[in-house]
Amino acid sequence: MKQTPLHDVHEQSGAKMVDFGGWHMPVQYGPILEEATRVRTKAGLFDLGHMGRLSVQGPDTVRFLDSIATNYVDRIPVNSIRYTLFCKEDGNPIDDLLVYRGEDDIYLVVNASNTDAVLGWMESRKAGFDVQIDHRTDRETMIALQGPHALEVLCGVTSDCDLEKLGYYKFTFGTVCGLENTRISRTGYTGENGFELYFPNEDAGSIWNALLEAGSEAGVKPIGLAARDTLRLEAGMPLYGHEIDEQHNPVEADLGFAISFAEEKGDWVGRGALEAIRQQPRRKLVGFTTAGKRVPRQGYQLYRGEEKVGEVCSGAVSPTLETNIGTGYIPVELAVMSLELDMDIRGKRQAVELRPLPFYSRTRK
Amino acid sequence: MRPDDRHYLSSHEWIKISGETGIIGITDFAVEELSSGNEGDLVYCDLPEVGRVLENGETFGEIESVKAVADLNTPLAGEVSEVNTAIEDHLEIVAEDPWERGWMIKIKLSNKDTGKLLSAAAYEEILAKQS
Repeated sequence: MKQTPLHDVHEQSGAKMVDFGGWHMPVQYGPILEEATRVRTKAGLFDLGHMGRLSVQGPDTVRFLDSIATNYVDRIPVNSIRYTLFCKEDGNPIDDLLVYRGEDDIYLVVNASNTDAVLGWMESRKAGFDVQIDHRTDRETMIALQGPHALEVLCGVTSDCDLEKLGYYKFTFGTVCGLENTRISRTGYTGENGFELYFPNEDAGSIWNALLEAGSEAGVKPIGLAARDTLRLEAGMPLYGHEIDEQHNPVEADLGFAISFAEEKGDWVGRGALEAIRQQPRRKLVGFTTAGKRVPRQGYQLYRGEEKVGEVCSGAVSPTLETNIGTGYIPVELAVMSLELDMDIRGKRQAVELRPLPFYSRTRK
Repeated sequence: MRPDDRHYLSSHEWIKISGETGIIGITDFAVEELSSGNEGDLVYCDLPEVGRVLENGETFGEIESVKAVADLNTPLAGEVSEVNTAIEDHLEIVAEDPWERGWMIKIKLSNKDTGKLLSAAAYEEILAKQS
């Protein structure tokens, strides 16, 4: 299994480690629900070194990416970030990713488990484009500081840039804990205000410890991937392999904001299929809560009476909503809020109630 | 060392034989795997009705934590004679004391052949290989 440069730091701190997308990663340092609550009320630090990082360079970079991405890359301003997907011809995604438009390159952050597939996909599609793809995952660290105290903590150790003015889904470069030229983006996968940082592996341990030290009074602690999954689900953010995959397209996942059908973008892989799905979607991704004790889990079937109508994508105990939550696909005609369905848990039924996504919004409480 | 007055399954259940009765529960390792040391992470436990007849190894219930669901399997065959209903709404009892107060069911044994079950020492060897 692959290890991030912070692997030994996690083991020494007593984290429970698991295989995640081929990486040996901290799933939790303590109670999952307490970790999630800490990020909602204080702030938490995440090692995201497993995420795939690719820098695309060359004169045809934008044109190349616009031929495979669902979002309109040419319209992304420099120093801005957009969520996008790479889809196959049938409109189903091979991955979802963030696109950082820089002055000299476009930096992509892809899912750990899909990194090789994305690289292969890009290589197979780049004939005729003058681009170079630099795979940086093994050279650069990625960490995230997320939560209401993230801004004040990071400001205290950052110079050469104005974080307060750094808008949501914007990035810059600054000096963090003495390390110059650190990539800083106002992004995250938690629904909280926060930042993601990228810098060379050699500095991983010192920056990690310096941020924990700087944030100790504000309550910053390391947070594992289990709490991260809970937080992203509360915030209604999709996870590849759950809400989207090679059988679940981004239109039905309600990710239309990341898909451009602008004529000027030209054709891109999956465009025709997604245009057709947009005209006649069959199913819709919905959120639901359940008052029962059982936690929704991927693959559980959803029933309306005796009729099977859908399947659960994700589920979690939500410490923020204080109930169990889940997502699932059901036919569009059933996607009516407050509709009650049953979730089948190995032969037992538990009622669920449809709820609008996201379950949690920092700005809409 | 785990208690050696009982037998174990590699799926982390124990059975303690007392006359014609078998008392069944799960090990501290199972609790730790499910809850990672946080008793609040156990959320649900489904136990059978009294009178249900169980075959060797049959799944008689489920225990669920924030992160996973695990089957509960009986080490030996028998008819369920008593269920520890106290734990259903107080799973912290299982977390705190899986060996005594956290027992799950009692069965009237139809088979007392423990030949295929693990001793405490053999169970610990399996755990040692896993970690």
